[in-house]
Amino acid sequence: MNLLTTQALTKSFGDNRAVNAVDFVVNQGEVLALIGSNGAGKTSLVNLVSGLLRPDSGQIIFENNDVTRQTSYERIKAGIARSFQIVNLFDHLSCADNVALSIFSREGKTLNLATLASRDHAVWTEAHDVLRRFGLDRAAVMLAGTISHGERKLLDVAVAYALKPKLLFLDEPTSGVSTREKAPIMDIVTSIVRAGGITVVIIEHDMDIVFRYSERIVVMHQGTILADGTPDEIRRNDAVTTTLIGTHPTGEPAFGGAGNA
Amino acid sequence: MNASGAVAQTAATWRILAWVVPAALLLLVAPLVIDPFQTLTLTYGLIAAIGALGFNLLLGYTGLLSFGHSAFFGGGAYTVAFMVKYLKIASMELFLAGSVLASAIISALFGFVCVRYTRIFFGILTLALSQVLWSLAFKFFWVTGGTDGLRVPTPTLVGMAPTNDKMDFLAHQYYYYVLAVFALCVFLMWVIVHSPFGKALQAIRDNETRAEFIGIRIRRYRLIAFVISGIFTGVAGALWAPLNGLASPDVLVWTFSGEIVFMTVLGGFRTFVGPIVGAIAFTYLKTYAVGFTVYWQLLLGTVLVVLVLALPTGIMGAIERLASKMRKAR
Repeated sequence: MNLLTTQALTKSFGDNRAVNAVDFVVNQGEVLALIGSNGAGKTSLVNLVSGLLRPDSGQIIFENNDVTRQTSYERIKAGIARSFQIVNLFDHLSCADNVALSIFSREGKTLNLATLASRDHAVWTEAHDVLRRFGLDRAAVMLAGTISHGERKLLDVAVAYALKPKLLFLDEPTSGVSTREKAPIMDIVTSIVRAGGITVVIIEHDMDIVFRYSERIVVMHQGTILADGTPDEIRRNDAVTTTLIGTHPTGEPAFGGAGNA
Repeated sequence: MNASGAVAQTAATWRILAWVVPAALLLLVAPLVIDPFQTLTLTYGLIAAIGALGFNLLLGYTGLLSFGHSAFFGGGAYTVAFMVKYLKIASMELFLAGSVLASAIISALFGFVCVRYTRIFFGILTLALSQVLWSLAFKFFWVTGGTDGLRVPTPTLVGMAPTNDKMDFLAHQYYYYVLAVFALCVFLMWVIVHSPFGKALQAIRDNETRAEFIGIRIRRYRLIAFVISGIFTGVAGALWAPLNGLASPDVLVWTFSGEIVFMTVLGGFRTFVGPIVGAIAFTYLKTYAVGFTVYWQLLLGTVLVVLVLALPTGIMGAIERLASKMRKAR
């Protein structure tokens, strides 16, 4: 079943068509990787779907409803959540607060100004549970601005996850993280979202990560979709090889090592 | 909530009580010990504290620097004066109710325009709108008394008429009345900033975009915070008018907004009690500076410069840093 469909979705910045008549489909329950070189339009596409940007034309259909004109707030309530490429956290609040805010928001409690937040035990139990699953339980009382970069990347995903979305966009969940830390982060993230039955779209540059963790890959190039298929199909796709790998500085196919993974 | 969390919470409660109980006792016995003039200064300080507390909901918790809070303080003061002049009312409770209503209306109107913007644009808009109110008070002198202002007699407190010795009444009955309203305001504000709504405001302050993407409608929350902030400052203005005996344009002009900013920064806007400490300290500082030299503004200006350079986190920020250093040293 199609969870999300975009039809001829277009967005220009000046003369640059960042997203050019894109028909993009996300199926229920899959882990999809969105790849492409810098400036291919991946983040713009996610920004359009999550409501951060307004499209020039085209449609966004989520669960058979046209959400093109909806605000980001309405889309979040409908079940679309996202994390951010550059970590976006509430730095002066504790890690537990960061996650609890998503839960308060999800439950429609954030307009409540007459009771103490700390008294809502169910919310804090859940927040600590989410932190534990992301391996952040020991950082619960620390300010989000003071934990390590890898932990911040995980917390960023945890904040989005705590909204209990149906569709979760992860914009480069391992960017800026050392190669050694990438796989553990992805292991945690993918196991949690799979267990929660959440459909995930991951934007990622690291091809090893992409081939290892995704079930389907969509390749973008200059605002359009260049290829769409399983990791094996993408690996054999000549158009992808020439546009993406042809420019690889070492001259070796960037996907080379992934076959052993 | 796990066991360690509950223990931490109990410890936090005790830590708060260790501060609140002595402070409350001091404030309760103060008028019995110090002379009436001192008590009046303290009353002004407590009133300023209510205003600064309201102001800091925007600055410290929502991340919005208002340069127009004189509008709400002055609005509250003039509401009392109008109620005296046109409605012949003398009850302080009705004054407070009236000022809550008036400052809610003014701040809702201002907020509707201002919360669309942040940072310098927000500051300039609040400044500009407050100056509109000031010029109205200034120009419509047949209604507002112009630069002379409007006289505000000592009101009845809970149906109790003022005694003949005005100074004594203000330094005792009125002081305790202000103290009660102050305590109520502190309690209400404490609940608000620790509520889920208060957390949401802090989230907006820290990261607007992310707050939006966890489903917080930031403009609506900013507007609500703006109105609450305006009401607190309006209540402060209403309490100030009878004490001062006069509602005058001085408290509507933008430099008075600057004083509210000053006292909050002085105390430290990153902490809950910062604005309270700052407001009381500022009131004493100003009272003595004015008595000490005609160049009191120069003195206050110097204090502000030193403060920003030496204690950027204010009095409470400095105390906290010192306390944590001492804990570590032990």
